[in-house]
Amino acid sequence: MKNYFDFFGITESIAEKIIAEALSRGGDYCDLFFQYRSTKNLHLEDNSVNSSFHSTDFGVGIRVINKEQTGFSFTEEITFDSMRKAARTASAIAGSAKKYKKFRFVPETETVPNYYPILKTWDSVNIKEKMPVLNNINNAVFSLDPRIIQCNISFTDTESKILILNSEGKAVTDYRPLFSLKVKVTAEEKNSRESNVATRSGRYGFEFLNKNVIRDISQEAVRKTVDLFDAVKPDGGEMQIVLAPGSSGILLHEAIGHGLEADFNRKKTSLFYNKLGEKVAEPFVSIVDDGTWKNARGSLNIDDEGNKTEKTFLVKDGILVNYLHDRISSQHYGVLPTGNGRRQSFRYTPTPRMRNTYMLSGPHTPKEIIKSVKKGIYTETFSNGQVLIGAGDFTFYVKTGYLIEDGELTKPVKDINIIGNGPEVLKDVVMVGDDLILDEGTWTCGKESQGVPVSHGLPTVKVSRITVGGI
Amino acid sequence: MDFKHRYTLAEWIMDYAISSGADEVAVDLVRAEELDIEFCDNKIDKLEQGIQNLLYLEIYQNNRYSVHKSNLLDKHHLRNFIHGALNSTRYLEKDLFRTLPDNKLYPKQDTYDLQLYDDSFNNLKDTDKIMLASDIEKASLSLSDKIISSTSSYSEGCFHLIKMQSNGFKGEKHSTSYTIGAEVTASDKSNNLCEDSYYAHTRFFNDLPASEKVGKEAADRCLRKIGQDKIRSGIYTTVVENSEASNLLGMILSAMKGSSLFLRSSFLEGKKGKRIASEKLTILDDPYLSKGLRTNYFDSEGCATQKRMMIDKGILNEYYIDTYYAKKLKMKPTNGERTNILLNYGNSSCNELLAKTKKGIFITEFIGGNFNSTTGDFSFGIAGFLFEKGEIVKPVNEMNITGNALTLWNNLIEVGNDPFSYSSVQTPTLVFKDVFFSGD
Repeated sequence: MKNYFDFFGITESIAEKIIAEALSRGGDYCDLFFQYRSTKNLHLEDNSVNSSFHSTDFGVGIRVINKEQTGFSFTEEITFDSMRKAARTASAIAGSAKKYKKFRFVPETETVPNYYPILKTWDSVNIKEKMPVLNNINNAVFSLDPRIIQCNISFTDTESKILILNSEGKAVTDYRPLFSLKVKVTAEEKNSRESNVATRSGRYGFEFLNKNVIRDISQEAVRKTVDLFDAVKPDGGEMQIVLAPGSSGILLHEAIGHGLEADFNRKKTSLFYNKLGEKVAEPFVSIVDDGTWKNARGSLNIDDEGNKTEKTFLVKDGILVNYLHDRISSQHYGVLPTGNGRRQSFRYTPTPRMRNTYMLSGPHTPKEIIKSVKKGIYTETFSNGQVLIGAGDFTFYVKTGYLIEDGELTKPVKDINIIGNGPEVLKDVVMVGDDLILDEGTWTCGKESQGVPVSHGLPTVKVSRITVGGI
Repeated sequence: MDFKHRYTLAEWIMDYAISSGADEVAVDLVRAEELDIEFCDNKIDKLEQGIQNLLYLEIYQNNRYSVHKSNLLDKHHLRNFIHGALNSTRYLEKDLFRTLPDNKLYPKQDTYDLQLYDDSFNNLKDTDKIMLASDIEKASLSLSDKIISSTSSYSEGCFHLIKMQSNGFKGEKHSTSYTIGAEVTASDKSNNLCEDSYYAHTRFFNDLPASEKVGKEAADRCLRKIGQDKIRSGIYTTVVENSEASNLLGMILSAMKGSSLFLRSSFLEGKKGKRIASEKLTILDDPYLSKGLRTNYFDSEGCATQKRMMIDKGILNEYYIDTYYAKKLKMKPTNGERTNILLNYGNSSCNELLAKTKKGIFITEFIGGNFNSTTGDFSFGIAGFLFEKGEIVKPVNEMNITGNALTLWNNLIEVGNDPFSYSSVQTPTLVFKDVFFSGD
């Protein structure tokens, strides 16, 4: 803890004075979010690791909450005068003469668990050590298939140091590593050309990038690209789909996850408003949002309000049981925080956000699920999704998949959008496989102009009807 | 830090990097002062304010290239930062194409005021800004008791860029921006919800539309969706609302970039001088548009911008090629990025085009979806209205449109007279024939 105070160049006494200033106009609560973040990116293009990017970001966000209203400011200069000025700006949300209650910081007595154990921190790895990773992937990609004409690789590692202090005396810290690798491949066959990407990400150290990972991501990028040459566009319209295990979890993120973020329900704008306790799916459907999955991209030891994270059930045995909370919403609903208060950086206020969202394994085998479909689509990889919180319409874009004909995977399909309605699709989940996979791709969730790293997962799942884009 | 100090600091960073071993450098010093007010339930929900200072430093050293960003701008930190930047650059592989642009491409001098900075920025009262957001919410809620929530907002920003490049470029850009709008949610008798929003974005405060108009527009967009449902899959003529049509144009604009061409992932490769759209499509890139949201005398490389006819009556005239990819592709550089996009506008309003088209689907919203830049294949989620005899019949949602960008743009049959001015891509209402919609 002391290391973090020293790192940010502040003392408990200065922090207390800043919080006192922030609450001088009668706010109920204040927190200070100190953050240092270093991001390094290496890029391979045209067979050469020939550009890099390095970003250093440093500052403190000062938030005042008055009932359910938020005043916020930040400063990039951690000096007493700059912080006091920002605190005064944030204080303006309150306008009463309520007396400020004195407090002292009490460091956490319980040990904060470490959900991202790593061996080699990113600040100890220089460019020279990372370059072979990119060159080895590039060589592997070109050696796998003569049709490859371009390979483009982006390698990004980030580490953040965070210190959170609040007017209730809480003082907590976190160290967050994050890495992501993106391999984009273009292949040419006769007169047609196709591109696709493969990604890996997680809260790992450099040791994660072993030979197997390099081999697997190279093979995946090539396979996903050259398969597209044989891909067809399916007939459009309503049909059965089978979602492959892993990245298909994007369906949960869009169909239910956002709608259960408690800020939308507090404002009555989500279609899940007032639906807790209702049956929303078959009894073999359970969905969680989990901040504790070891080394996962969306895991957090503490959220950005300093609360411990947990495995939060959203749907348990088909019943809607929880919303995802930040401080304001947990107080509104009179429940404990779930550790979902997240923000992009110290320049933003926290709101309820997902972490790693997945469906638990169910009673069916993947084989029997595919076999049960006479005509439909098997969706395998995805690029993006979106949802309308009120209407519940959500979409996700299928980059690759297969036609299912008479219970068998047949021709590959590509580039189709799937659109459905969250609650209807949940009801239409008719089979759940026993093969949950949490995806290790680079997923970033956007909300209110803030991006945060997340992941999602799914076992093999059958949805009895959904609208598939096609021709 | 005032302008004079930042200007002196940018010069010092450039000189220090050169004297420490860089062959060439580019320095961008950015200052952004922003305020956001969100208003909901007749009170401020969030008030956020902050000032950012960012340095972007590009290092060119022995044909090696790297970019570095920091928000710590004291000289003690910057000395270590610059040495670290130079040190890490030496590990990279050489790239003979990486140099600053030829300084003949830099602008001679700013010739006239492009109307990007609103002098009233510092004189506006906070109470007036809050009142504006409050009035928008009131206007939304007044339209119908079916509206259950309206979150209105006011945002403003003042931005200053100082740009210097060691082979002779020094420039600056001072601009302001304002955004007002609302997100509205309504409920029908069965408690089914629908939502929509409306935002206006301008360079000058006085150009913002009246708060009442914005609030009512957001509410009206939401209310007209009540009862929406999907309809039968099929091939329809589609009228695309002006504010949404830029989503479709985005497919063409992104495939025109030099990086996409070099990476062989552009469906427009080899199409220069050829027809890529119907003759109704003419695209002008205008960097000098007064008060434009992407107006500038110089691009991100410091090169002088130029008005360009990108597509002339359906024929692709130009790509967006920066100086780096120009060398790699052995092509002439244009500018590496788009500025303000204007079309050759027609004579009919949106309502006239609906009447003329008679029957089809009027798209008023795109929801997700994506497109494949290498092949031009696309599939997008949509919402809008079925119209017959030129009149709206019913709201539709939960449908996809799917096809190929070249086919779609060759099927453009009408261009409206109503460019959406609150965007840098000022598309009017557009009409396309033979678009595949999937629904039921």
